[in-house]
Amino acid sequence: MIGNLRTVDDSLFIETAEGVALRGSRCADCGAYTFPYQGGCPRCTGDSMIEVPLSRTGTLWSWTVQGFRPKPPYTGTADSYGVGYVELPGELIVEARLTEADPERLRIGMPVELVLVPFRTDESGVDVHTFAFGEARHD
Amino acid sequence: MTDVAIVGIGMHRFGRTDGVSGRAQAVHAAREALRDAGLRFSDLRFGFGGSHSAGDADTLVSELGLTGLPFINVANGCATGGSALIAADAAIRSGQHDLGIVIGFDKHPRGAFNTDPAEHGIGAWYGETGLMVTTQFFGMKIQRYLHDTGIDPAVLATIAEKAFRNGARNPMAWRRKEISAAEIAAAPMISHPLTQYMYCSPGEGAVALVLCRADRAREYTGRPVLLRSAAFRSRRYGSFEVFAPWLAAERADSPTVEASRAAFEAAGIDPSEVDVAQVQDTESGAELMHLAETGLCAHGEQEKLIADGDTELDGRLPVNTDGGCIANGEPIGASGLRQVYENVLQLRGAAGAHQVPGEPRVGFTHVYGAPGISACTVLTR
Repeated sequence: MIGNLRTVDDSLFIETAEGVALRGSRCADCGAYTFPYQGGCPRCTGDSMIEVPLSRTGTLWSWTVQGFRPKPPYTGTADSYGVGYVELPGELIVEARLTEADPERLRIGMPVELVLVPFRTDESGVDVHTFAFGEARHD
Repeated sequence: MTDVAIVGIGMHRFGRTDGVSGRAQAVHAAREALRDAGLRFSDLRFGFGGSHSAGDADTLVSELGLTGLPFINVANGCATGGSALIAADAAIRSGQHDLGIVIGFDKHPRGAFNTDPAEHGIGAWYGETGLMVTTQFFGMKIQRYLHDTGIDPAVLATIAEKAFRNGARNPMAWRRKEISAAEIAAAPMISHPLTQYMYCSPGEGAVALVLCRADRAREYTGRPVLLRSAAFRSRRYGSFEVFAPWLAAERADSPTVEASRAAFEAAGIDPSEVDVAQVQDTESGAELMHLAETGLCAHGEQEKLIADGDTELDGRLPVNTDGGCIANGEPIGASGLRQVYENVLQLRGAAGAHQVPGEPRVGFTHVYGAPGISACTVLTR
């Protein structure tokens, strides 16, 4: 559970004073970021990664719309949904579902922010959440 | 070091062949390649081969002949064929062996690939939430590329139209019916901005190549083709690849850029000298981007190149002359070797209805695939 929500994988998240953030890692030697957290640095090949919350806001770097229901291992309820890469300034570019799936309402460079969204229910009918980005409300 | 020649080529038609296993298609391709070189399987001294989902290549010897030759399985995703070829190239170039075969084959179920994230070291959440889908990557890569270069998205349908036109001229292709750019553009959207007819499909097929020391090539064929170079690269920190939950903030060249540069350098040939090219067209945006990543043209130049007809069979730089992945489908283990097969046909002047005019001398091939790999070759006659 993250902030009273059931998630697809709690290890992806970290709770901060500003709210739930994605749990990434930063290399103590070279400063490179990763998501999710991992022990080895893909840039300098060292193993001094430290756990960090990633920025909860960013800009849309690229996007598409999934147009057909994916085969398993997909378990979500939606057959079609937006997918994008979001640039978190100074950190990395993270892949995520988007809350918007209308091509007319998506553009590269638009400000977006992290939200947790239900994408399926579990066997007892409880919503299971994953992370997504949606248009930043304060823009 | 000795040079390496391709002296025999064989193929089982790509597409869907119900009732014929991938292994049987591989045996057919191997026998065709041996026949082409005037050899028996017992003449060969080594084999390299592989498939992604149709069985182990080394078991083909039960059908081809139990001669004791070292036959090594290669399993390297989309670069399986290319990696087998690189291994064969090294075996001959080093003097370890004089004569051998590479075989790539596959037979995939219908529909898009469904890959287990665990095989790629990614958590189950990635698949469960609907991100482990190759078609999304291609949609997002071309979306960003069109944004950066200002190229008109209409070119995506033009590229697929050429693929079907070339496929219609190729008796070994899967898709042999021409489809207009208008119909391609209006097809159901798979992953915006790419429609159904802009993507290739997983399919079936097999290719085999017989290779030998170049100084002995004339013993087997009157039309040897030299494998001038074969190079393989994986991704670097900062490149944008399929199945990537995140990308580095800083950008780096793709493995395509590095593999093609290495192949051209090893061959001592400049990209401007290429007469015929087969580049990975998992979808039409991939052909667009790979044309520039391989060095065959500059970024942004593709739109004019395509509009001028330069990439057509009779153009200045014919590309994907057999219809590419879009018209042939993508049996993973065989796909890279199909490109080499096609270039050998072109350099021999034996491609029939899809022959490039003007007696091409230099052929280039390029494979790209998961999880961010590329394999390239340069062939000359």
